[in-house]
Amino acid sequence: MSNSSDVSSNPALQNEGPVKRFFRATEIDERLLGMVAALLLIWCAFDIASGIMRGNFGGLLGGSFLTPRNLWTLLVQTSSIAIMSTGMVLLIVMRQLDLSIGSMLSLVAVAGAVLQVFELVPILGVGHPAIWPLAVLFMLAIGACVGALNGWLTAYLKIPAFIVTLGGLLAYSGLAFYLAKGETVAPMDKTYEIFGGGIPISWLGPFWSWTLALVACAAIIFGIVNGRRQRQRFKFPLRPMWAEIFLALVGSSIVLGVTNVMNSYPWPFKLIENYAKANGVTIPAGVENKDGTAVCMAGEQVVRCTEGLIYYTGYSVPVILTLLVGLVMTFLATRTQFGRYVYAIGGNPEAAELAGINTKWMTVKVFALMGFLVGISSIVSSARLNAATNALGGLNELYVIAATVIGGTSLAGGVGTIYGAMLGALLMQSIISGMSLLNLPAAFQNIVVGVVLVLAVWLDQLYSRRVK
Amino acid sequence: MAKSAKKSAPARKAPAKAPAKTPARKPAAKAPARVAEVHDTPAAVVGAEPHRNLRERGTPLIEMRDISIAFGGIKAVDHATVDLYPGEVVGLLGHNGAGKSTLIKVLSGAYKRDAGQIFINGSEVNIDNPRDAKALGIETIYQTLALADNVDAAANLYLGRELKTGFGTLDDVAMEAECRKVMHRLNPNFRRFKEPVSKLSGGQRQSVAIARAIHFNARILIMDEPTAALGPQETAQVGELIKQLKAEGIGIFLISHDLHDVFDLADRVAVMKNGKVVGTAHTSNVSHDDVLGMIIAGKCPPGAMPGPGAMREAA
Repeated sequence: MSNSSDVSSNPALQNEGPVKRFFRATEIDERLLGMVAALLLIWCAFDIASGIMRGNFGGLLGGSFLTPRNLWTLLVQTSSIAIMSTGMVLLIVMRQLDLSIGSMLSLVAVAGAVLQVFELVPILGVGHPAIWPLAVLFMLAIGACVGALNGWLTAYLKIPAFIVTLGGLLAYSGLAFYLAKGETVAPMDKTYEIFGGGIPISWLGPFWSWTLALVACAAIIFGIVNGRRQRQRFKFPLRPMWAEIFLALVGSSIVLGVTNVMNSYPWPFKLIENYAKANGVTIPAGVENKDGTAVCMAGEQVVRCTEGLIYYTGYSVPVILTLLVGLVMTFLATRTQFGRYVYAIGGNPEAAELAGINTKWMTVKVFALMGFLVGISSIVSSARLNAATNALGGLNELYVIAATVIGGTSLAGGVGTIYGAMLGALLMQSIISGMSLLNLPAAFQNIVVGVVLVLAVWLDQLYSRRVK
Repeated sequence: MAKSAKKSAPARKAPAKAPAKTPARKPAAKAPARVAEVHDTPAAVVGAEPHRNLRERGTPLIEMRDISIAFGGIKAVDHATVDLYPGEVVGLLGHNGAGKSTLIKVLSGAYKRDAGQIFINGSEVNIDNPRDAKALGIETIYQTLALADNVDAAANLYLGRELKTGFGTLDDVAMEAECRKVMHRLNPNFRRFKEPVSKLSGGQRQSVAIARAIHFNARILIMDEPTAALGPQETAQVGELIKQLKAEGIGIFLISHDLHDVFDLADRVAVMKNGKVVGTAHTSNVSHDDVLGMIIAGKCPPGAMPGPGAMREAA
């Protein structure tokens, strides 16, 4: 039973190499593995390079890239683009495109901020508990509506999506500028700020992070067992037992490993001090050093007075939100009729129409979903910045499309995965943030991202041609 | 089915005699009252005889009456009338661009007609899109197969009518199980259930398209060049399938360029030229050359019932 009947019964499969057999048995996507390898390579390269240029900051390979602090920040920075890229996958799979999401993000953020700061606060007062839910709902609704408008123009008026959203790129950013009169709208509601992950209450802490990790591990194992049971019920070929166990182990170790890194990043010292003061935790009074900060002595060594008083951050809200969006979108794309239709339309729009799918309405729905996700991203971005400006989403559309394409989504339509796009976003953010660590000029960042985008598509095409 | 694939060679010849078995059906079917409305040629002498047994055949399963559709001034289908009885195969013939596929796409809901009516079992129906047609039990195998190339056979089989679990999610396992059953019937050697259909051979893709058409209890089947991508063995298999479906009382419109196929399988033929119906004839009443004459010259032979597209005898 532990042997897959598929492999043993098919003579053509028996003389394949061990590597091929491994991929067939585990059903791991080779592209996914390639991307993970590229990501790890980039991480290690940045860690070594930053170590050579700036000395040791405690990184795994002697640099400052592979430190809990940098990786934690990296994930938070990736959130906004990663969330939007999950929607872009569905759009591009359906042979559509949305160039307006950057402007849309600015528009939604500014509109939400104007509502909070200029409308709700005067009526309800600062810090009223109804402010954040009203703002969030309002922003999600605007996002979905603007997206639906893009979709309607594309599907029912038959204007190419490229043109519709190019117009949107200009129009929405103009509208955002007009709404805020070009000013920065701030500050945001205190509870709303949780979505940005910049304040201590938006961090889960080690206990909840580990709890979440264990739940995730249990879910992975349940999924594998359940899948096997389903295949057994219908007498389909099974994965070999070793492959099932291997997948469960790899999945769980990734979850636990990432959680461990998240849980190793301590709060910044200033925050610990503030927290200790606010909660009556005593900090030993130290002596003031040259710059006026209090320092204490631990034996021979001069240390901060908060030494020994450490809180770890764990997962932050935007990262949790991103993972949640990724899960829901993967479910939507692979397990529901909606997702099936998106892929079928991308594979052959005419056939989908002939099969009785209302392709126009589907187009509107997918564009609206994209807008909704832009709404989520704009909440994360404006909460993180604690302000909204009409430049908040600048160039985001291009980063999102780049992440999606790097993640293996074909611009010809029909092919693409949610996790691929999210990994693509992480890869791109890694490059951007790594170059910041190396103190390279900002101009280089766009040059390198551009080169990586072209390179990734070229490599992908080479791979596809070889597979065929 | 497994057997039929092996004895394909003899099977291919056998159906030539098939029409002889059904002499009772010999008279071609055309409702006289309706014919009078649309046929500008007066009922020909040859046409009179087939009308006699009309009452026995009852109402047609489907009747497309006076259908017209134009694309930017070009009349692709011009006042065409065809009908189909339960358990009957009607071959639609004509040159490329004669309007056969367009006429059939009006029935399958892919095109919206400009004028004309469609009746199923005598009552008028409205077909505005493919969903309407499917709801009425009209299934189509398109010339292009109309498969979503990037998803697997089961997903294509159930495209637009997915099976769902109690939670409203896709029941992929059940769909694959059903797909395995129906594909086993059509193509016993088919194993590639997990691969996107773009990786399948022409014949395998065709079986998926056919499976989709017959899996949902169709009453009316439209086959647009169903054997175009197939080898001789698979073609014979499709022939067997058509006979089997016919025996189940399904009406089939068969579009084909292969006269042999049509004479093998069809009870009647309807020939189109320049968007008009040249004429209809029982396959046992006309020869290959007669039908060729209809296709090429629009000349309606004795034994066929002329339509509005027939060349005037006097000319």
